[in-house]
Amino acid sequence: MTAPLLEVKNLRVEFPTRRGNLLAIDDISFEIAPGEILGVVGESGAGKSLTGAAIIGLLEPPGRIAAGQVLLEGKRIDNLPYEQMRAIRGRQIGAIFQDPLTSLNPLYTVGRQLIETIRTHLPVNESDARARAIKLLQETGIPAAEARIDMYPHQFSGGMRQRVVIALALAAEPKLIVADEPTTALDVSIQAQIISLLKRLCKEHGAAVMLVTHDMGVIAETCDRVAVMYAGRIVEVGPVAAVIHQPQHPYTIGLMGSIPVMDEDRERLLQIDGSMPRLNSIPAGCAFNPRCPQAFDRCRVERPNLLPAGATHAACWLHDTATRKAA
Amino acid sequence: MSAALVEVQDLAKTFDVSAPWLNRVVERKPRQFVHAVDGVSFRIERGKTLALVGESGCGKSTVARLLVGLYGPTRGTVRFDGQDTRTTLNSDAARTLHRRMQMIFQDPYASLNPRWKVLDIVGEPLREHGMASGSDELKAKVADLLLSVGLAAADVEKFPHQFSGGQRQRISIARALATQPEFLVCDEPTSALDVSVQAQVLNIMKDLQRERGLTYLFISHNLAVVRHVADEVGVMYLGRLVEVSPKTELFARPRHPYTRMLLDAIPDIHMSGRARTPVQGEVPNPLKPPSGCAFHPRCPHANARCSTERPALKTFAGIQVACHAVEEGRIG
Repeated sequence: MTAPLLEVKNLRVEFPTRRGNLLAIDDISFEIAPGEILGVVGESGAGKSLTGAAIIGLLEPPGRIAAGQVLLEGKRIDNLPYEQMRAIRGRQIGAIFQDPLTSLNPLYTVGRQLIETIRTHLPVNESDARARAIKLLQETGIPAAEARIDMYPHQFSGGMRQRVVIALALAAEPKLIVADEPTTALDVSIQAQIISLLKRLCKEHGAAVMLVTHDMGVIAETCDRVAVMYAGRIVEVGPVAAVIHQPQHPYTIGLMGSIPVMDEDRERLLQIDGSMPRLNSIPAGCAFNPRCPQAFDRCRVERPNLLPAGATHAACWLHDTATRKAA
Repeated sequence: MSAALVEVQDLAKTFDVSAPWLNRVVERKPRQFVHAVDGVSFRIERGKTLALVGESGCGKSTVARLLVGLYGPTRGTVRFDGQDTRTTLNSDAARTLHRRMQMIFQDPYASLNPRWKVLDIVGEPLREHGMASGSDELKAKVADLLLSVGLAAADVEKFPHQFSGGQRQRISIARALATQPEFLVCDEPTSALDVSVQAQVLNIMKDLQRERGLTYLFISHNLAVVRHVADEVGVMYLGRLVEVSPKTELFARPRHPYTRMLLDAIPDIHMSGRARTPVQGEVPNPLKPPSGCAFHPRCPHANARCSTERPALKTFAGIQVACHAVEEGRIG
């Protein structure tokens, strides 16, 4: 087994407020192998974007890492000073955000932004950087890249802008890309293009990806492994096919059943009643217990950690050996 | 064929997006128009759901707004239960018509007044149409409506910010149901919601349709959702309908190349290894739509005729398709 590229150990992110600390990410651990695509899926407020932000060191104050470690190739990066983290960001970890318009500076041409990124991180001169920028734009499928490199972001369409953002993220050949909802703002036909592009480029460049999304379909198409998040915790993690076809955690089962799918007809969708708890009122025990159809006494008092369950790992007492024996 | 509740004939809406007058005079800029909806015709039978799908900018929301009268059409007619809505809306019968059709909007955060209590939000249509006399009756009716969408009667005293997104969308549904309408126009009612909440809202909408015999026009960009709720599906591209067919037929055998492309583009959650052709190109600028068939620059089956002659919506074996290639039998 190769050493993991990224290791997240017992990460906790909290937001201090006047009424006490809100725990947005509660003790999560996972790792990403070199070249692997890990999907992080969950509903709004599950903490998936915050996990991404914590890894790239872009948590918005007052949010802060309260405990735990983030290791890139065995070295801690969560406690680095700002300037050192800046050098890692872009060079070793690239980022792609949901809205391509906010990740690009509207006042500079696309080329200038790309060349700046390349020259910040790599020892190349202006003309080499420009040649490289053009090559990157071509790789991302932008037609007439030589001409379009001198255009401004507003002259690009949404899908084309997202291609530019991908080119920016790949500019310094990072080993890891954190992509936060990269296709959510796009139409389905464009979404399909961007996903296959992301997948192909990461393979070609050998980059690992942490793909944050709420769309199970995107996960199914792209990822090797998937982590399902609920109320700041990972409730299930495992190979994509196993999580989708034989989910083990009641939340994942409900989530999969509530997605309308193309290939079958159901009169009613499976629904999970209620909604995700707010951060200031996370229930004791397993955070999912008030909505869980199979909850029992232990779920209401004791918080489950990830346990082996089928082909995946699920944080659910149903998969505890002691519970099984009793049942 | 049973009588249609809603019948739309050659509906069109053009928006003037010209530069301001001074710029037109000084810089000699021409007037510019967007044909947001360009000759759309369809019918919805009573108790059925027609879904309109398409990518952003195809004009589906404009159709929704034209139907309920939020926009006046540039051309064409909307007939509701046999009456022309345009003449009705200018007559004394307008209030009755408003009562019979209601709309649910996409964003439950924007469509509810944050300073009103739920009682006022859901009660407003009742009061406006004189359907409740006295505050006690109003309160009882609002409570009933809330119960029917799965909320509690005690929620009448709360403000919108005390609810989650899915609960707010239920409040919008309760408000739309207040006047006991026959026809509901739903403009992307679940796209702002998470999947588990989306399932709750879709289930409620289906239950209500069964109980009350509602007719829906359901606008969505999500084909999987459409497959779940619709009886008939219309696919729109750049302001025109390119295919209208019964749901099962559309998903089993899509005819129009654009419909095929849309179906292919959906991420395959079950990884069944369904063959997918890569999608090419992007939606063109609606200010300068392509000549002939608007889809021809992206279409793998386009020929010379497609780039010059605009195909009309024609019926083949009960399915309406606007495509030369299908008409000529070039694609099956």
